[in-house]
Amino acid sequence: MSAGGFLSGGLFSGGFLRRVGAMVTKEFIQLQRDRVTFATMIMIPLLQLVLFGYAINTTPRNLPTAVLAHENTDATRAIVAALRNTDFFQFTRLATSEQEAEHLIRAGDVLFLVEIPAGFERALRRGEAPALLVAADATDPVASANALGALEGTVRTALRRERFVDAAGTAPFSITQHRRYNPAGTSQLNIVPGLLGTILTMTMLIFTALSVTREVERGTMESLLSMPINPVEIMLGKILPYVLVGIMQGVLILGAGMVLFAVPVEGSLTLLTIVTLLFITANLSVGYTFSTLAQNQLQAVQMSFMFFLPNILLSGFMFPFAGMPVWAQWISQCLPLTHYLRMVRGILLKGAGFTDLAPDIAALAALMLIAMAIAVARFRQTLD
Amino acid sequence: MASAADGAPQPEAGIAREPEADIAIEVEGLRKQFGTHVVVDDLTMRVRRRQIYGFLGPNGSGKTTTIRMLCGLLTPDAGRGTCLGYDIRTEARRIRAKVGYMTQKFSLYADLSVRENLEFVARLYGVPRPEAAAAAAIARLGLEGRGKQLAGELSGGWKQRLALGACILPQPELLLLDEPTAGVDPQARREFWSEIHTLAAEGLTVLVSTHYMDEAERCHEIAYIAYGHLLAQGPVADVIAASGLTTVTVEAMGAGDSGPAMAALARELEARPGIDMVAPFGTRLHISGRGPQALDAALAPFRARPGLVFRADAPTLEDVFIDLMSRSKDNMT
Repeated sequence: MSAGGFLSGGLFSGGFLRRVGAMVTKEFIQLQRDRVTFATMIMIPLLQLVLFGYAINTTPRNLPTAVLAHENTDATRAIVAALRNTDFFQFTRLATSEQEAEHLIRAGDVLFLVEIPAGFERALRRGEAPALLVAADATDPVASANALGALEGTVRTALRRERFVDAAGTAPFSITQHRRYNPAGTSQLNIVPGLLGTILTMTMLIFTALSVTREVERGTMESLLSMPINPVEIMLGKILPYVLVGIMQGVLILGAGMVLFAVPVEGSLTLLTIVTLLFITANLSVGYTFSTLAQNQLQAVQMSFMFFLPNILLSGFMFPFAGMPVWAQWISQCLPLTHYLRMVRGILLKGAGFTDLAPDIAALAALMLIAMAIAVARFRQTLD
Repeated sequence: MASAADGAPQPEAGIAREPEADIAIEVEGLRKQFGTHVVVDDLTMRVRRRQIYGFLGPNGSGKTTTIRMLCGLLTPDAGRGTCLGYDIRTEARRIRAKVGYMTQKFSLYADLSVRENLEFVARLYGVPRPEAAAAAAIARLGLEGRGKQLAGELSGGWKQRLALGACILPQPELLLLDEPTAGVDPQARREFWSEIHTLAAEGLTVLVSTHYMDEAERCHEIAYIAYGHLLAQGPVADVIAASGLTTVTVEAMGAGDSGPAMAALARELEARPGIDMVAPFGTRLHISGRGPQALDAALAPFRARPGLVFRADAPTLEDVFIDLMSRSKDNMT
């Protein structure tokens, strides 16, 4: 009913902006009065960044790999078959062009690209020890370091089984490694962008998760509901102040990451800002939704943590996304952090552009709109 | 009024919205239940404009639920009604813009200052120049110099004044006050009531719930509700007259401690048929009965007792309400 009125009445008619503005002002004053919350807003990002930035490490499995073959030979098929059979890698596709291969790795669809040069099989038979070119997405350095070692063994075993090479003898081929985006394999380059997303998820979620339940518990909701303001206006009024808080935290984390861990910004800062704004708003919307579902503040906090845990464990922050079973990957696709991590690593470390990130941007926007729709639908405009 | 409710709602709503319409609230057959518990049952009432309408009843009688239905915070399970000419079921948004609702519990923001709370309300209602409106409200409330104080730090009486100030700031046509004077000292209560009378004289309609009898007598009209049922309605004198109660006062003569003797007498009287209520007031007993003859007959044996002075008296509003409540309880069980 209210949403219909909101649409038919037009966005800016009937004092919509004025009422949202009144809510925003009120929320800001209350936020600024709550000194403890204000302090944690600054301390949580810094503490977590320092703590996790130096502490976290990981081990991978099933890393998505593409093969770019410049010849179609038995050796090529043997290598692809070997990649299919090992659980270290997960062969995803045979790329047909340099451009396609490049896009796959930059969009984060694959972590490895094995390039088989033309004349590889012939050179192998002649014993010329030809070179396999392996490009690794080293934005997740732990995953790539272990896997590069495993790759050589996998290919050698396959070629030996197919009798391209002798059991004994010197190395029949060589591997030319190319660590992309993070040549030194520094863990922090992976962790810091991840922390940016994780910390924002936690703080944004909690802030709005408490916002409606707090008004209900303090008894102010009854008064607010008796005044001429609709659910959409209340929601926007409660979300907008925290968008600013989120941006402030983002600047703090990224700034500290650049100073402490020398995290680069390869891509566009504007794109990063837009993507981060979207991510912050998505999380605020989810938190606000919890607030409309929960009966009291404790329930709201519990719901937030139930949502927060999979964000940490399944998004690719703690464990590589590629190493998870398919059902878990489906769950993680529904988490804002999964998409944000890909984008923020892409922008900071790989210089990814809008077209590389378009699917993740769309997914994030969809998650945000779904959360907002549920919140507005679930918002109890009466005390029934 | 009741006949207009049946049939076509459109012309009815049109009539109700005529500016000369003198009715602020008109509801019929309102019913609300939570789970299996019926909180308000078949409530019909009518409040004229510019009246102070007292809404009385014991705790849990359905006063707050009724007020919430009037301003659209609760949806009635049955019944219909209008508030300021707007349908309480479908036009809650319009009602909210013209009604000031003061909740039973203090419901302004404790962590905002007096001024900030008032400015917030002014902006939500679209009052022009909210800062000036808030300043004017502060002056009217006599809160000069306290504008920067946090609302949560005010004393009970000041909180209640501030809440009232916030309600009238957007210049509503109707005030719904839910037990506004609970826990407020007598001086503040008196000032509060004179303010309400001023507002009514300025053209505001006020519906105020209370369980203080002295406050009921300050209202133009009252309604008494118990166990979700409306038991009596009208000007105070009419409600008393309509009760059919006869009251006699008995007082102990002479000095000394008459307390224990009077308590024993009260127990004796209560047991007599024809006497429905005995209430002690200091050294006096207030004795009421529903039938004058039966009461006389019941009292006859006591009149001869030495040291007791019997006097015919008028029932108070309290006598009437307690009687109404006990009768309604009898009906329920």
